[in-house]
Amino acid sequence: MSTVKLTVNGKAVSADVEDRTLLVHLLRDHLNLTGTHIGCDTSQCGACVVHIDGRAVKSCTVLVGQANGANVTTIEGIAKGDELHPMQAAFRDNHGLQCGYCTPGMIMSAIDIVHRHGGKLDEETVRHELEGNICRCTGYHNIVKSVLDAAGRMKVAQAAE
Amino acid sequence: MYETTYHRPSSVDEAAALFTKGTESKYLAGGHTLIPVMKQRLASPSDVIDLGKIKDLVGVEVFADAVTIKAATTHYDVAGSGPVQKAIPALAHLASLIGDPAVRHRGTIGGSIANNDPAADYPAAVLALGATIKTNKRSIAADDFFKGLFATALQGGEIITAVSFRIPAKAGYAKFPHPASRFALTGVFVARTKSGDVRVAATGASSSGVMRVPAIEAALKANWSPGALDGVRIAADGLLTDIQASSAYRANLIKVMAQRAVEHAG
Amino acid sequence: MGVEGIGASVVRKEDRRFITGKGRYVDDIKLQGMTYAHFVRSPHAHAKVKSIDSSAAMKMPGVVGVLTGQQIVDDKVGNLICGWAITSKDGTPMKMGAWPAMAPDTVRFVGQAVAVVIAETKNQAKDAAEAVVVNYQELPAAADIRAAIKPGAPQLHPEAPGNVIYDWAIGDEAAVKDAFSKAANVVSLELTNNRLVPNAMEPRAAIAEYNEAEEHFTLYTTSQNPHVARLVLSAFYNIAQEHKLRVIAPDVGGGFGSKIYIYPEEMVALWASKKVRRPVKWTGDRTEAFLTDAHGRDHITKAEMAFDKDNRILGLRVKTHANLGAYMSLFSSSVPTYLYATLLSGQYNIPNIFAEVISVYTNTTPVDAYRGAGRPEASFLIERLMETAARQLKADPAELRRKNFITQFPHQTPVIMAYDIGDFGASLDAAMKAIDYAGFPARKAKAKSEGKLRGIGLSCYIEACGIAPSKAVGSLGAGVGLWESAEVRVNPVGTIEVLTGSHSHGQGHETTFAQLVSERLGVPISQVQIVHGDTDKVQFGMGTYGSRSLAVGGTAIVKAMEKVEAKGKKIAAHLLEASEGDIVIENGEFKVTGTDKSIALPMVALAAYTAHNLPDGMEPGLKETAFYDPTNFTFPAGAYICELEVDPGTGKTSFVNFVAADDFGRLINPMIVEGQVHGGLAQGIGQALLEGAVYDSSGQLVTASFMDYTMPRADDLPSFKLNHTTTLCPGNPLGVKGCGEAGAIGASAAVINAITDAIGNNKLEMPATPDRVWHAIHGNAT
Repeated sequence: MSTVKLTVNGKAVSADVEDRTLLVHLLRDHLNLTGTHIGCDTSQCGACVVHIDGRAVKSCTVLVGQANGANVTTIEGIAKGDELHPMQAAFRDNHGLQCGYCTPGMIMSAIDIVHRHGGKLDEETVRHELEGNICRCTGYHNIVKSVLDAAGRMKVAQAAE
Repeated sequence: MYETTYHRPSSVDEAAALFTKGTESKYLAGGHTLIPVMKQRLASPSDVIDLGKIKDLVGVEVFADAVTIKAATTHYDVAGSGPVQKAIPALAHLASLIGDPAVRHRGTIGGSIANNDPAADYPAAVLALGATIKTNKRSIAADDFFKGLFATALQGGEIITAVSFRIPAKAGYAKFPHPASRFALTGVFVARTKSGDVRVAATGASSSGVMRVPAIEAALKANWSPGALDGVRIAADGLLTDIQASSAYRANLIKVMAQRAVEHAG
Repeated sequence: MGVEGIGASVVRKEDRRFITGKGRYVDDIKLQGMTYAHFVRSPHAHAKVKSIDSSAAMKMPGVVGVLTGQQIVDDKVGNLICGWAITSKDGTPMKMGAWPAMAPDTVRFVGQAVAVVIAETKNQAKDAAEAVVVNYQELPAAADIRAAIKPGAPQLHPEAPGNVIYDWAIGDEAAVKDAFSKAANVVSLELTNNRLVPNAMEPRAAIAEYNEAEEHFTLYTTSQNPHVARLVLSAFYNIAQEHKLRVIAPDVGGGFGSKIYIYPEEMVALWASKKVRRPVKWTGDRTEAFLTDAHGRDHITKAEMAFDKDNRILGLRVKTHANLGAYMSLFSSSVPTYLYATLLSGQYNIPNIFAEVISVYTNTTPVDAYRGAGRPEASFLIERLMETAARQLKADPAELRRKNFITQFPHQTPVIMAYDIGDFGASLDAAMKAIDYAGFPARKAKAKSEGKLRGIGLSCYIEACGIAPSKAVGSLGAGVGLWESAEVRVNPVGTIEVLTGSHSHGQGHETTFAQLVSERLGVPISQVQIVHGDTDKVQFGMGTYGSRSLAVGGTAIVKAMEKVEAKGKKIAAHLLEASEGDIVIENGEFKVTGTDKSIALPMVALAAYTAHNLPDGMEPGLKETAFYDPTNFTFPAGAYICELEVDPGTGKTSFVNFVAADDFGRLINPMIVEGQVHGGLAQGIGQALLEGAVYDSSGQLVTASFMDYTMPRADDLPSFKLNHTTTLCPGNPLGVKGCGEAGAIGASAAVINAITDAIGNNKLEMPATPDRVWHAIHGNAT
């Protein structure tokens, strides 16, 4: 058992957990942040993607110790109060989700994609960049549309800031 | 996953000292090799020693004739490194093809090489570029490092600190990904040294791990062009056969990927 | 159409909770005092369980209990059932082997549970499960159809000699024989329909709680049909009585058929919660999903089609072997029979059809309905045959199809189905136009000059959805009726709750159903709440599968609204002192036609609940219920065309274009409909190019993770171009047909037809991996 301290969605948190605890389990089981999901056992599906220090990471493949001291952002931490993150809004407006299970990881990966590529995104790039997130419902068609739409919105939002 | 004890040393020496204390210690950098294996309960380290936060192990250095990538540098940082892109674009390209973006944010070159997965990408570059693997104890030439499936020349507790790549005249990497795992079904790294020597390494293809491909090396040495390989035939003997690819298909891929690597070499 | 009514692509009401991480899936739920279950599973495909020693496990930290298969037998928990009786050609009933929830004496597939450990934490349960010592005596296994039907094959169940469950047939054998004797040409084909793993992204999970004081159970589970789960758990498994069991299926992360069934894990969790007197949670991991979720497809088929000299079809003869796995899952028997062979007429006028289906046991995971369920297998077979015929008869594939299209409706096929309406030519025209079919030869030539092999492939599918008229399915052997129920509650202040027996696990019912209400009663969808997935709230329901929710569940809502409207009109007429016949509903108001007199729905509702001034003898309240039993199947149909390129060096396929033209009848929310098509196409393309469950000869599942089983990813798929052609379904008041499965039914054949066109070799199995395609190009197919 160890005590881990980290910042999650802007709040300092601390938990006493077994060293074998994965970040995703800390979030879901100890912090009740159940928006981060588990869809596989092999680091393939991306349902568990969160940001650690601003980078998209599969939280099922991170020991809590590795996240000690880190700044973690989950799907619950990206909206500003009632105002959705542009990526969230784009997923809703473009029907980028169906069952919703892969959606949190998909959105967290998508935000990271836009951050890394800025406004220079095209369909092929988005499809390639979504390689680590599996969706069984949408055929990705509307997810790709959502990401491209959000890239424009995020650019506008950035310009406004 | 079995219970374990996690350590986060701040220096290589401290890490090595911690290693000897555990009954079955394992190093971890990004964790993207070890943690999946631990989750499957196929590894049960008593102690996990995290090298990922050791400052001396992170970063890229470019010299006149070599690029040194420190062991805990992530694939993402190698792929996006301007100096690497300039010095050995094929190496940056290779790093950009490993796993997926979230995996590249965590996975490291040291972890990849120490594990020597037969379908990992980095070993192809290390072998083809004749790189030198630097550890906390010694330097090991690529030709002496890879010892078959998941086996390397590393001794117990030895820590890879960096990999030094000689800058080639030309190099290219082409990967045909496994449709499911996105590891290399077959990946081929071709390199021509400034002295005109050619080294070619294939990963994902052989049942004994990364391998040189002498037939392609000879053909490319004579004529560095995709067309030079048209008449080359790669034997399927010793190549992997699984549900995704037969050995004959992999033999074909070695040639085709080599041609494409040459075509896009920079 | 109102802005939120029928035909409006309004964004989904349910999305906000999903995009903010506030969805509530089973594994998100925690109960006070909850324990965790982990199953001990067989590593062998076939073995005797000689003994189970749990003494060491019982001593492990946190262990609450270890329960075994023998205990479940001792407690008289019922065996798993198959709810659809099939009769063989010789008149004998299907031969069903016993399937206890945990194996007391014999395991028949890798992953079958033999015991369960219940502990305070997940990790403790997992740790202790490893300490349960099971002594197996391995038996030889039959891992696929061919191995199972060989003389001397290992026998799975004493009830089923030769591993044959049934040998069934449909159609007129003599008439087909006669038709073939008159044929100018016969086209034959042998093919495999590859086994698939559904892989909904949310793994199955269950939480069971037993309330001792009330002798009452609650089960939270990942179900597409919670009422069916309650029915089966109470009527057949003897774990809880129906009135003492509440089943809740909260947000469910995809189903695709795999969450229809009541699996051993859910049964055991429910049973165990009473044994240990603590809530028990089980959450499957992906490996367990691969090993235990019902798989789909897995047929081997030989078929022949007879043509006259004008290329008109005279007859079709089909022989299919279907793999049902080690046990008969809930609806498994119906999938390769009544959901498959009844669709073998496709879109074509085929006067004579005879199909035989032999279903067999193998030492593999049970197989049941997976998106499309029998219909993809039928469609793939017919559309591969038509393509093969076009090549053999040197006819244009589009023209050969068109020549044989059914054009008069209703049309009775020789295999039960009576198609009510359709316009197959219109769909094909729309798809051909969308892809510029006429320009293809030029594009192919250009690609050739660039070293690429380009191909085009058609697929004209039809499916039977809106499952199903209860009387019809009852006569065919179904153990349940397939109607749907709905309740429409107009609350005293005019907001509306709709309780439906359909279950949404991605389909967007909360929006589509609200649109039905908005259209009819003129209220904004924000004032409508769709309630589903809880047997304590919803009176009853048969759930969601078989593209039935709108055609059957939606119609039930319409029927309930009709009653609400009728009563509301009576109240309005009374309050407005008008004749009931003069009342019309417009924009949420009850109006007297031809006057300016009106009363808003909320005022009518208020009057209904205050009951101060109602017509004499009228009951208070404004809440109505309807049960709707469909009068026929619905028949969505369409045409898909795929254009692609093959890299001759690697055999890799790249999409150039994929167009669809579907006829789903009336569209309620086109955005949601198109989303359903996209997802279906991805699964159909996945089957064609990527996916395939593979067992080795010993019965080990080689593809038991996403590392080995190829799930379609974003870069494997194109963007799709969708078109709609519409004939309204005459069988229901909405004119709707269902859209959930079409893509998965029609896409595979288009892809394989296109690849085989590109490479000039018609022999190619699914999944058409680069390796297979490369070998097919080079003439040595594997």
